[in-house]
Amino acid sequence: MTEQHHLTLTVNGRAHSCDVEPRMTLADCLRERLDLTGTHLGCEHGVCGACTIIVDGAAVRSCLMFAVQAEGAEITTVEGLADGETLSVLQQAFHDNFALQCGFCTPGFLTTAETILAENPSPTRAEVQSAISGNICRCTGYVPIIDAILEAAERRRAGKK
Amino acid sequence: MTTSSPYIGASVKRLEDRRFLTGTGRYIDDVKLPDMAVMAIYRSPHAHARINSIDLAAARAVPGVIDAFCAADIDMDLPVIPLRLAPFDGFERFLQRPIAQDKVRFVGEPVAVVIASDRYIAEDALDLIEVDFAPLPAVTSVDQAASGETLIHEDAGENMGTRYTVGRGDTDDAFSDAPYTRRERFTTNRHGAVPMETRGLIAEFDPDAPLLRLYGATKVNFFNRRHLAAAFDLPEEAVELIETDVGGGFGARGELYPEDYLVPIASRRNGRPVKWIEDRRENLTATNHSRDIVCDLEIATSNDGKILGMRATVQGDMGAYVRTNGGVVASKAAQFLPGPYRVPSFSCDVQFLITNKTPVGTFRGPGRFEANFCRERLLDMVAADLNIDPAELRLRNLMEPAELPYRIGELVPGDVNATFDRGNYPSALNQLLDEVGYADWKDRQGEIIDGRAHGLGIACFIESSAAGPPETARVTVAPDGNIEIRTGASSVGQGTETGLAQICADYLAIDIDRINVLHGSTTLVPTGGGTFHSRNTVMAGNAVRMAAEALRTRSIELAALRWNTDAGGLEYRDGAVHRGDDPGSILSLAELAAFARSRGPDEALAADAAFDNEGKLSYSYGAHAALVAVDVATGVIEVKKYVLTEEIGRALNPAMVQGQAVGGLVQGLGGTFLDHMIYDEDGQLLTGSFADYLLPTSTELPEITAIALEESPSEFNPMGFKGAGEGGIVAVAAAVGNAVVHALNAHGIQINDLPITPNRLRAALRATGT
Repeated sequence: MTEQHHLTLTVNGRAHSCDVEPRMTLADCLRERLDLTGTHLGCEHGVCGACTIIVDGAAVRSCLMFAVQAEGAEITTVEGLADGETLSVLQQAFHDNFALQCGFCTPGFLTTAETILAENPSPTRAEVQSAISGNICRCTGYVPIIDAILEAAERRRAGKK
Repeated sequence: MTTSSPYIGASVKRLEDRRFLTGTGRYIDDVKLPDMAVMAIYRSPHAHARINSIDLAAARAVPGVIDAFCAADIDMDLPVIPLRLAPFDGFERFLQRPIAQDKVRFVGEPVAVVIASDRYIAEDALDLIEVDFAPLPAVTSVDQAASGETLIHEDAGENMGTRYTVGRGDTDDAFSDAPYTRRERFTTNRHGAVPMETRGLIAEFDPDAPLLRLYGATKVNFFNRRHLAAAFDLPEEAVELIETDVGGGFGARGELYPEDYLVPIASRRNGRPVKWIEDRRENLTATNHSRDIVCDLEIATSNDGKILGMRATVQGDMGAYVRTNGGVVASKAAQFLPGPYRVPSFSCDVQFLITNKTPVGTFRGPGRFEANFCRERLLDMVAADLNIDPAELRLRNLMEPAELPYRIGELVPGDVNATFDRGNYPSALNQLLDEVGYADWKDRQGEIIDGRAHGLGIACFIESSAAGPPETARVTVAPDGNIEIRTGASSVGQGTETGLAQICADYLAIDIDRINVLHGSTTLVPTGGGTFHSRNTVMAGNAVRMAAEALRTRSIELAALRWNTDAGGLEYRDGAVHRGDDPGSILSLAELAAFARSRGPDEALAADAAFDNEGKLSYSYGAHAALVAVDVATGVIEVKKYVLTEEIGRALNPAMVQGQAVGGLVQGLGGTFLDHMIYDEDGQLLTGSFADYLLPTSTELPEITAIALEESPSEFNPMGFKGAGEGGIVAVAAAVGNAVVHALNAHGIQINDLPITPNRLRAALRATGT
């Protein structure tokens, strides 16, 4: 058995610590050690985007990052997006636009879209299409996902006025 | 029974969404049981080889490894994976056992299994397994298979899984007298369902109880239970298949695979729960592929383009074994070759060839996608040869409403009663032509706009839905008034819970928020049919309707007892029973459920139903149009606009129907341009990761208009539903292929092979000197 490293990180506002092997991916750490199974693994080689989480404000593929690299990081996963029982504006827009079917890719799209909208609160349709092009969905054909992200952007802008 | 329907026909928001949006869904890899171990599989690196020896000693010695085994270590007769669909004679010689015995026949075939405390350790141990293989020549094409030079299953004496001829009318007559004939060879690319969630299972096997509980099951759980029970010599009630949330199916997931046996064996050997989660590389080699056919299609017409006959040879590449889906792909391709047209004579030689590739099964629109591509491409060639507009050619040949219903003949052996039900095919095409502006485009084919050649292609389709065994539902009212629906149908992510709740809410005249839907698991209902062939809304939907209707009757009976009155004077409305002679007297469903409960422990306000369509299928039909822009210099194609019409009888939830059409269409664009399981001559899969196996992404989307038509409700169920899950995909390659050819009409190229890639297109253009 390889050496264990003690890891401390903040996930969805809560401090966590655990011991991990250096080779354990951040995705496996979240799912297996912290029991945050909302982050899904679709390919484990960084292409499908299902495992995307937000690490220190950036969208990151948690299958391509080792858990030990997240020492001290502030992480948001899909479990941290809603405000208690209230869905976030983005989650609500996904619901309203039928932007999910089987739901397996959805956590990765939500986290990716959160970072898009944080960077660019008024994206064009083409900008959204490009920004989510690294996430694969097999059910929806993407159209309602793009609609939902644009609608969430609009609702957020309206909310800020 | 009359009922108002605020829910049926409305775009009700999905009941499933909240758990998926908040990361609290429960997919198979999210299930963790106490003391659970993890399994990993050593898979064949060779397409075709003899196994001389397997050495598991080093793997077993890895700290954390609990067990390792291969076929020789299994103390039971290895079962064969059964045929569920299209089980033609001859296939019994090519069935697969869960683990290779003396030979491997495709890259990805299970050879040995490791059980460990975690997956990292299990995969470490896989690397230490030593297998001595003696490689054999690989058979990687249908022609090579047909030659029989290398036998894959020696006992069979041939690589022909089976072969038959079907038809109707006299094609010899039709072709000998025909003024015009044309023959072409078409191929459709091997690709697959590739759901975002790979397969996975957890088995808990207690041989003493006895109990085999298998989590991660879906699609056809009652069929699978029956066969697993037989394989493990258990009574059926000792086998429980538990359905979790499922991350997409599209035909491939939920069939019986080798792992459905290996995971239980691993659990039984070790006396603890065992989990196996397929990784993506395994998924691309071990989960069924599909679509891989070669079709020689010949057509005879009159000078004015009326079809006189079609004859064909369809060769399906079955891969190394015949799995549960039997001959579905090639047999359905043959059956659907004539399509919605008047084809007085048709004959087809159908061949199922065994090769050293991953076994095939169904993928959304199995056989239909393939047949439509071949036929609709050929029809466009006919139109060009005879100088008839392609839409006009189709309108001359589409069956008219007066010709329906139409018995298509025995185009699949044994399927003697197949009948296209009522419909209006020309109407679906005409609406497509209007919507896409065909009248404007037909004289602009090949027009160069901003340096790219533009073309509009159309294609018509027909496809069946809702076949198979009856489906079941049980509706129960809890004493708090909440309703639980249980059904034997599965959900693979398509919104089944929402759709069934809509129907129940309308038939019980209650708020949909009171309804909870449980599905799939064999512990819920005594039996069920499952989920395939676009059948949930038709089959489970009608079972729920019938159960809700029975529950209304049961409510009135209970109210009559409670009030000690005659049931005749009572009426069910607005979720309660009302007393005609005393307008103030009302018993709610909650009160009636409590009353039922008070009468005895076995009493409940509940009703069961099973819906059987007795094999009477409804056919969805329609048409697709694609507008493409082709860069002649690079061969890059953009689909700019896509329109489809699909007659579905009645839309239960229009937004969800739209989701099926758009999702199917984009999947179809993948099958047309990208998705491709490419093998080299040694039988190695070259596209074994998402870096090589390409799927459609958000940057490749056309402007999409999907129109669900409700002009022709099904006669075979009172709600009028037809399947709506596959019409979006089945004509995509056909419409796009036609569009590209029209765009390039100045260059005179044809598209007979999928996928359409820039390289292939450039090669075709270069050959014309462009």
